Amino acid sequence: MSAAEEVVAEGHEAVEAVPKRAMTLGTGTSLVVLAALLIVPMFVKNFIIFQMTMLLIYGLAVLALNILTGGSGQFSLGQSAFYAVGAYTSAVLMEHANINYALTIPISAAVCFAFGYLFGKPALRLSGVYLALATFALATAMPQLLKLNFLEHWTGGVQGLVVTKPDAPFGLPMSQDMWLYYFTLIVTVAIYIFSVNLLRSRSGRAFMAIRDNEIAASSMGVNVALYKTLAFGVSAGITGVAGSLGAIAVQFVAPDSYTITLAISLFLGMVVGGVGWLPGSFIGAAFIIFVPNMAESISKGLSGAVFGVLLFLVIYLVPHGARQVAILGQQLVGKLRKN
Amino acid sequence: MAAVRSQVAPLWAALVLCTAMSSEALAQKKYDSGASDTEIKIGNIMPYSGPASAYAAIGKTEEAYFNKVNAEGGINGRKIKFISYDDGYSPPKTVEQARKLVESDNVLLIFGSLGTSTNGAIRKYMNEKKVPQLFVASGASKWNDPKQYPWTMGWQPSYVSEARIYAKYIMKEKPDAKIGVLYQNDDFGKDYLKGLKEGLGPKTSMIVLEEAYDSSEPTIDERVVKLKASGADVFISITSPKFAAQGIKKAAEINWHPMQIISNVSASVSGVLEPAGIEISQGILSATYTKDGSDPQWNGDDGMKKFYNFLAQYQPKADKLDAGVVFGYAAAQTMVKVLQMCGDDLTRENVMKQAASLKDFAPDTLLPGIKINTAPDDFAPIEQLQMMRFKGKRWELFGDIISSEMSQ
Repeated sequence: MSAAEEVVAEGHEAVEAVPKRAMTLGTGTSLVVLAALLIVPMFVKNFIIFQMTMLLIYGLAVLALNILTGGSGQFSLGQSAFYAVGAYTSAVLMEHANINYALTIPISAAVCFAFGYLFGKPALRLSGVYLALATFALATAMPQLLKLNFLEHWTGGVQGLVVTKPDAPFGLPMSQDMWLYYFTLIVTVAIYIFSVNLLRSRSGRAFMAIRDNEIAASSMGVNVALYKTLAFGVSAGITGVAGSLGAIAVQFVAPDSYTITLAISLFLGMVVGGVGWLPGSFIGAAFIIFVPNMAESISKGLSGAVFGVLLFLVIYLVPHGARQVAILGQQLVGKLRKN
Repeated sequence: MAAVRSQVAPLWAALVLCTAMSSEALAQKKYDSGASDTEIKIGNIMPYSGPASAYAAIGKTEEAYFNKVNAEGGINGRKIKFISYDDGYSPPKTVEQARKLVESDNVLLIFGSLGTSTNGAIRKYMNEKKVPQLFVASGASKWNDPKQYPWTMGWQPSYVSEARIYAKYIMKEKPDAKIGVLYQNDDFGKDYLKGLKEGLGPKTSMIVLEEAYDSSEPTIDERVVKLKASGADVFISITSPKFAAQGIKKAAEINWHPMQIISNVSASVSGVLEPAGIEISQGILSATYTKDGSDPQWNGDDGMKKFYNFLAQYQPKADKLDAGVVFGYAAAQTMVKVLQMCGDDLTRENVMKQAASLKDFAPDTLLPGIKINTAPDDFAPIEQLQMMRFKGKRWELFGDIISSEMSQ
């Protein structure tokens, strides 16, 4: 078992027993978090709303990776490529074909699902670090592919494309940022519920069986090839939706936005949030958005080093990420109640 | 009720009078957010990390320069607060940082943010918010578009300007030249090519071959061979440093000795000419607009004396060889000049108005004779360069300052 596989395999002894709880938060906690997400934007500045929107968007992208890695046990360093495809699909459709932004999102999801599914086919033969490398290649190639000459008419080449930010519909008295936040929140909640149900379903159990032991899974009658590519497709589709929302929120797409650094950030977010624990995705996203800013405020010249130290601390102290903290918290609450 | 109302009425009158008086008193001093009696907040975005972090020297020098201005009493008694954030050269991060500066730190303007696609990402936002995006540190020509983007202005000579100057030089020195162009297939290369053709005007047919390469190619050797085969006797290499060095090397290898011009981007002695070979680089041409901080010919120059004193006092760790230091100093000086011209009217509108009325301003570290001029329809501050030739181990300036404007 490689070191990478251990990260996934460790710590879900509980998964088999109560898969539902190990994957998600309790209903009460979920509702509290949702209420907070609904109410907070009404009291903060537009800039904070924008940051919260980005948090949800990166959270979605991390969630997608979590389904792939935490669910089916496959690795990907190529999520930035799917994110880019989603972003460009929306940007090109909105700016060149004048299609409504909301309609571009399912289109992005479909395009990215197909892309991920097709990429998953040849990647089937690879596992562990080799798969990680193949997806890494995809991530490195993507910014250059976007600069290709014959695509330039649509993609705008190196200059990128400027995307128009949508106004709130039906004359709602809301700023563009706030509307986009609530729009993103609706999409995020829908995808979150879909993901939780997916992992609880037959397909989800098949993913996890493959993750835990591929041979055992196939001898139980799980179509390993189908489910592995399916996991890739679903993950890519969700990442594509995140990319679309990201393009609309940032109002700009350019090849430089979707480099390997993004893919690594998403991977990092997943590990910090806890591999295989879906709510952790959003905590991981908060880590990749806010911790670099914190590091910068500590030392400008050494922001990278400070970030490294913080990351090291997280991995050293809580190797299973936010999930471990949540479990500790739960145990503590349990003890207090008993007393 | 009536009694109450009659009591309130004089109060209202007094209040109205008060506000009228105070607004009169404030008439000479006008502020937008980010400016006050004591402070002017300036935002900046730099790649302190990531692939372009070599340019961070620009931001550090600018900060040091503003420290100097503050130590000497500030601008009309107001201290500059320079807030500089890192975007790692990633456009989405630039958007986040720009919004943080405008909406959270409430800066008066954003000055000298670096990069073409990074600035492209925030241009629309800045113009919608009507916040000045001044002296963008990028050579793209698109920053000079006052009609569509009245809140965005460039600073350095654009690639188009530089290429026009090469065209002027060639037409004067070698009117029957056959020009072979090697260019990088992106906005940088295409801007140059556009400028070159504009400069040549009706004589565009002098270009015998345009050869594009992609920055992902490992080598451009074949393309150089092709250019030689085309019979060109002028070789214009619009390339980034690595490819510029390859081009010089390959041309020498195949015994091709045309008049060679390399872009200012790749005019670094230690980064390009030394790796290519000092011997074979003799006689190569380029153009510049700043003084070289390591060139002893400027030791007696008043402007450079001020610059060296500044470095010694405020930024002792800076590398004089780094072109970013000279650049940051001159850009910060231009910014300070604009703020001085604003006087007590520190509104965003007036900042843009003053930035668009710079007349013959000469920062210390620009070549003698190069002057910054702007107008409401001209958002390209620096449009002059001087030709230089590589001789011995350094660049030697020659000829007059050339303006890239088409009329001259």
